[in-house]
Amino acid sequence: MPEKTEKKVVLINGQEIELNGEKNILEVAKKANIDIPTFCYHSDLSVYGACRMCLVEIEGRGIFPSCSTPPQPGMSIRTNSPRILKARKMVVEFLLANHNRDCTTCERNLSCRLQEIASRMGVEEIRFRERSEVLPKDSSSFSLVRDPNRCILCGDCVRTCQEIEGIGVYDFAHRGSHSMVEPAFGKKLTEVECLYCGQCSIRCPTAALVVKSEVEKTWEVVLDPDKFVVAQIAPAVRVAVGEAFGLPPGEITTGKIVSALKKIGFDRVYDTAFSADLTTVEEAEEFFKRLQKGERLPQFTSCCPSWVLFAERNYPFYLNNLSSARSPQQMFGSVIKNYITKFEKVPVDRTVSVSIMPCTAKKFEAHRPEFVSQNEPDVDIVLTAQETIKLIKSANIDFGQIEPQPFDVPLGMGTGAGVIFGVTGGVTEAVLRYAYERLTGEELSEVEFNSVRGFQGLREAEVDFAGKKVRVAIVHGMANAQALIRDIREGKRDYHFVEVMNCPGGCIGGGGMPLGLPDYPEVLRKRAEGLYNADRLSPVRKSQDNPAIKFIYQNWLGEANSELAEKHLHTSYYSRRRISNELIRIQEAKSTHKVDIAVCVGTSCYLKGSYNILQRLLELVREHELEDQVNIGATFCLEKCSQGPNIRINDQVITGVDEKKVQEIFEKMVLAQV
Amino acid sequence: MENSKQEQTLVRKFEKVNRILEKHSYNQSDLIGILQEIQEEYRYLPEEILTYVATALGVSPAYVYGVATFYAQFSLKPKGKRIIRVCDGTACHVRGSQTVLKAVREYLGLKPDEDTTPDLLFTVETVACIGACALAPAMMIDDQVFGQMDQEKVEQTLESIIQEEKGEEANVFSQ
Ligand code: SF4
Ligand code: SF4
Ligand code: FES
Ligand code: FES
Repeated sequence: MPEKTEKKVVLINGQEIELNGEKNILEVAKKANIDIPTFCYHSDLSVYGACRMCLVEIEGRGIFPSCSTPPQPGMSIRTNSPRILKARKMVVEFLLANHNRDCTTCERNLSCRLQEIASRMGVEEIRFRERSEVLPKDSSSFSLVRDPNRCILCGDCVRTCQEIEGIGVYDFAHRGSHSMVEPAFGKKLTEVECLYCGQCSIRCPTAALVVKSEVEKTWEVVLDPDKFVVAQIAPAVRVAVGEAFGLPPGEITTGKIVSALKKIGFDRVYDTAFSADLTTVEEAEEFFKRLQKGERLPQFTSCCPSWVLFAERNYPFYLNNLSSARSPQQMFGSVIKNYITKFEKVPVDRTVSVSIMPCTAKKFEAHRPEFVSQNEPDVDIVLTAQETIKLIKSANIDFGQIEPQPFDVPLGMGTGAGVIFGVTGGVTEAVLRYAYERLTGEELSEVEFNSVRGFQGLREAEVDFAGKKVRVAIVHGMANAQALIRDIREGKRDYHFVEVMNCPGGCIGGGGMPLGLPDYPEVLRKRAEGLYNADRLSPVRKSQDNPAIKFIYQNWLGEANSELAEKHLHTSYYSRRRISNELIRIQEAKSTHKVDIAVCVGTSCYLKGSYNILQRLLELVREHELEDQVNIGATFCLEKCSQGPNIRINDQVITGVDEKKVQEIFEKMVLAQV
Repeated sequence: MENSKQEQTLVRKFEKVNRILEKHSYNQSDLIGILQEIQEEYRYLPEEILTYVATALGVSPAYVYGVATFYAQFSLKPKGKRIIRVCDGTACHVRGSQTVLKAVREYLGLKPDEDTTPDLLFTVETVACIGACALAPAMMIDDQVFGQMDQEKVEQTLESIIQEEKGEEANVFSQ
């Protein structure tokens, strides 16, 4: 019998749909534009299948969660049967039972997934009593607020931080009715390894994780006639703000945002793409010097504050490899406070610099103590795209109708190269456009470097600059970055230039951007397209050709990497391993005259064998019968990981201790003191 | 002399954590077993040790914390070697369990927010009915029931336990 190549199909609500290797019923339904509500499903995370929102009925088999049930040919599936509707409604009711229900005063009012689904399900009453216990909120960070009373235990943040960030700040803790999602030991975000990237927050379906709002603070300054308020708008924001006003993701609304901000009362509005161009020039010049000398390579980019923080905590040995160029936000902040104030003739203490950013970590960056001019922070307020939307809405501006306006002059011009900073690979491409001309002395006619574009977690390219081959890598998502750096350190990969962005997609995927539900990857793709379109439409596409850049070097900075530029546009980094003061007591001396020894058992030292050193020290103390006079403890991180293993004797940290040296150190520093 | 015994116990404990980890070949999937053994050693799961275990196993501290708080058998607060449970069931309550509790706490010198003595010898808890109503007011020390308690009997009982503990410790170290 001739075999018929049978099409594999399922029936969803009576509609025949062909299977094409979809992993779950949800994906099949999506393909046919059949919407199934979900909480815990995100196509960029592993499948958890616990919220039960996505239930469907499979004929002859019963009710199953569609996100974790693979389709089988011949299945007949209903997504809206009466049983399903009832079950789903029940799920929402259960979730709401344990959830603070003050919607009107909630940060996510009208942008909450839980609220939206409850209203879609037609939940009108909740038959369960609200939880009476009120847990404290965590507002410790500059970036995010965590309100456990609004958490529905979907676990999205747990998987986000684990899988995308490779950190794992949260996990499920406690049990039964006390179950919670929280950081280790119930600590605050500022006390754990959080990078303030907000990736967890944009995936949280409720207001349990939200951006810390500075909208009110902004209103205060714009309404204060005494203040001269200057805004800068980051590239990524312009292709996303429209989403909140019914425009598709990727639609370029730069002019409308400028216009809205002017209406609200901002005195000047500038483009962060300008300072991105400045970053390109400063960072590229720095790169040439290193390339020539063959030192401090690979050069890592430094525009992403979450990445910089991660490096400071985990890669102290690479801090010299980070570009010393400040991020575009901080460069512009410095330009505002040190230059714009001069030519606008307004005193610094009357000037307020506000940046409109895609990013929650930028709030943290703005507070770094290095970024201060004349005792005033270079950036006073950071508004994420989410907050900017709220600001515009609270001003009752009809965003759809508003007439676009241009940026202010003379520093309002940003090139296409500056604009693509907002998408992964963009910084690299901008630097390449600059580097090519600078290294070959020839004009670059084809400005688009397609090899560095795209959404693959890691992309590599080799660029030939007049015989000099330069290897670049682009990575986004901190988990991917960690894997890449492991390879580099193990010598498996080797580059001259590495671009690292914490957020998947780059800044267009920032934690302060509008929530991209339900199809986040698609939203990211469109935003990226939007930025590449903006580049294509730019009259100038290379940073070096930006007249505003020429202007600022001529009138203020002199040349790239000049003394003035170093002072105002560059920075330095420091190791921030957390010191936990809690010592693990191992041996306690009772004598009043005693020596304190602490052996670091932090990750880095531990891996370099600090445990053996500890053992050896204990032996030595015993051999010399000094148990009464020597305290020995184990401590976490002495902040010198690159030189580890480290120990501390009284107040002195001794680095690079190995088992052989222990004896010598013990004799010199301990025996001599007792 | 006494001090150095305590010190040695502490030294051994830290060595034990490492030995426990080694025994389980630093295997993440053995976390529960590892925590059980650590709790046996310390009688609770100290924060620093849990962080250390997370480091050594290459998992996040939040994960270890999650497992440690999920199972009722684990305690994140220090517990004494001997657990004193003062019954506060109806019968005992009526016959003066509060006096007994007060006597116990006073004798052990516990501060208002403490349930465990600083030397980690005793933890004091109250429980609902231990089924010894006939002996009310009653309390338990580990598995042993003590009935018809009053301040004097509390003091005698605790004193003898403390002596017992001292003897035991001496034994351990003379071995
Ligand atoms: S902000 Fe980023 S690093 Fe912090 S918990 Fe959320 S996902 Fe993890
Ligand atoms: S905080 Fe948000 S994302 Fe995390 S478990 Fe709770 S509801 Fe889900
Ligand atoms: S979305 Fe399927 S179980 Fe949560
Ligand atoms: S792990 Fe950082 S100094 Fe030891």
